[in-house]
Amino acid sequence: MSQADHSKSPGNSHGIRIAGVSKVYAGTSRPAVDDVSLDIAPGEFITLLGPSGSGKTTMLSMLAGFVSVSAGKIEIDGKDVSRQKPHKRNLGVVFQQYALFPHMSVTKNIAFPLQQRRMPKAEIAAKVDEALRLVHLEEYADRLPSQLSGGQQQRVALARAVVYRPRALLMDEPLGALDRKLRDELQREIARMHRELGMTFIFVTHDQHEALTLSDRIAVFNEGRIEQVGTPSDLYERPETLFVAQFLGESTCFRGTVDVSAGVLRCGGFTPRAPRLDAGLDGSGGVAVVRPERLDLHSDAGSVPTGHNRVRATVTEIVYVGNHHQVGLRFADGTNGSAMRVAGRDLPAVPGEEVTVSWDPEHQSVVADPADEPTAERPAETLGAAAT
Amino acid sequence: MSKEATATEPDAVPAEPAVEPAALRAGKDGGLGWGLKTVVALTSLVLIAPTAVVIPMSFSGGTTFAFPPKDWSLRWYESFFTSEAWMRALLTSVQLALLVAVTATVLGGAAAFGLNRAGFPGRGAIRSLVMAPLIVPSIVVAVSIYGVFLRWHLTGTPIGFVIGHTVMALPFVVTVMLTSLSGYDRTLDTAAATLGATPLTTFLRITVPLIAPGVMSGFAFAFVYSLDEVVIALFLQSPDITTLPVKMYNSITLEIDPTIAAASSLMVVATSFVLLIPQFVRRKRSTR
Repeated sequence: MSQADHSKSPGNSHGIRIAGVSKVYAGTSRPAVDDVSLDIAPGEFITLLGPSGSGKTTMLSMLAGFVSVSAGKIEIDGKDVSRQKPHKRNLGVVFQQYALFPHMSVTKNIAFPLQQRRMPKAEIAAKVDEALRLVHLEEYADRLPSQLSGGQQQRVALARAVVYRPRALLMDEPLGALDRKLRDELQREIARMHRELGMTFIFVTHDQHEALTLSDRIAVFNEGRIEQVGTPSDLYERPETLFVAQFLGESTCFRGTVDVSAGVLRCGGFTPRAPRLDAGLDGSGGVAVVRPERLDLHSDAGSVPTGHNRVRATVTEIVYVGNHHQVGLRFADGTNGSAMRVAGRDLPAVPGEEVTVSWDPEHQSVVADPADEPTAERPAETLGAAAT
Repeated sequence: MSKEATATEPDAVPAEPAVEPAALRAGKDGGLGWGLKTVVALTSLVLIAPTAVVIPMSFSGGTTFAFPPKDWSLRWYESFFTSEAWMRALLTSVQLALLVAVTATVLGGAAAFGLNRAGFPGRGAIRSLVMAPLIVPSIVVAVSIYGVFLRWHLTGTPIGFVIGHTVMALPFVVTVMLTSLSGYDRTLDTAAATLGATPLTTFLRITVPLIAPGVMSGFAFAFVYSLDEVVIALFLQSPDITTLPVKMYNSITLEIDPTIAAASSLMVVATSFVLLIPQFVRRKRSTR
């Protein structure tokens, strides 16, 4: 705190620090955000990912100052802003419903934050032009928001939120109201803006695809807590909890009991080898999680490489998804799973036939089994299923 | 949509065979059915008829109320505009109506903001109370106001008139403003705050321009209400303060001449004009 006066120089920026922040809304007992700590580096693109009601939007609201902090503190560039009013925080916010001022033209919307900062008129005009170029809306400068498409409106909102160079840009499900094609397009725009501006971006979404493609790091929220923070590949390849494994992507989950000394997970009738087991899990329930593209299918058991885990399964269905086939599997213990087969490769079986499934133990994660969690009974199929 | 159309068109349903779902037929053109159209036309006729009679009568050349007039002249308008008594009444009415409109818009606007944005116990009760003048017969309100104002020495004073009319005009202002505010997206306030605007700036630059049509409508309603109001004004009148409707009422009980038709016609034109202003402004905005 003694260096607080240094914080203005850009070379000495500390980024954003969330320290033990909780939020309990009046009239509720369960905290919406529960003791969350997260350090965000300057210039980082971080995504808060989670199902609805997981606390990610409340966290963003506390960062922006719309919602007060019940416990803990938020520091921006080394300065505690927990009690600061939103209009003093100098953050940019993009809302799901655009929140453009309907009675102002695109130009006036973008000029608004600059006018609040008492910038000279000529400078405002130059900055607005620059912002319009950034989002490719030069020819729409004089339109009213109602005369623009949803995607264009959101681009105006983005321009308005970055034109005054805020300390960070916060986005709350900014692509949620757009159709698929526009989402993809705007997603690329946002990624490009992040590269060009070098600004800290904090992005809230429930869409795993958005999170994986955009982020430097992802913080997965569940029930007010952060389950895991890491790069997209960390989270996808090395999930630390069953929730993360099921929320991000698909996986086949084998339940069993962890045996650390033998280095295996004891499932009913089959004991996959499991390297790097957490000693704390010894003797308790564990779940081996494997991604569909890591599962190999063999009609002949002899072709399984040595050292790989193997188990028999029945093919339940084969779905053609264009660039790959999705193969539904049922294992002897009743577990359902799915494997992915790149299109063009032969399929080893047809539905109803038995195959040998194998995978490299290095590509499997063993996480604690939250046995009391009802959704844990079946493997996660899609985002929607895990989101409830 | 089609469901609503059938619900408001009960007289057309029996004419249709029972097997044919009425909703389908109503949905075909999406417009109003002939039954509803007839009702609308009849209602409009009944509402407009008196006006359609009184305006031609005001241009009569004779000294009696003849309809249609045998010959035409502007003599009753001349009589109206050259009579000191009529002109004083007109001036009084316009002055009072302006004061009432300002007071009712400010108070009603504040009440609407409170009712719309603050969550406090008894909100429903306060809302009903503000709306009460719409339901209570105006003669009851007038007598009560008269009784109280006599004691407070407010009868025959401008303040008395303004208070009486403001109370009666408030429900109109509050209703219009509440509608306007319920369509206002509070995210805009939040957005303005993140962009660095203080709450005051947000109010002046975002909220006020967006709810201005509602404010204008409320102002117009209050103005017209006061201009038209006769019951309370009758009780509160004094030789110094006689509003135009009271003057009209008095003149019809004493002397009968078509000057009153001229006064009525002017009143109709003036009130219609005032009420249409917000409409025109809104239309101009939306096409801009």
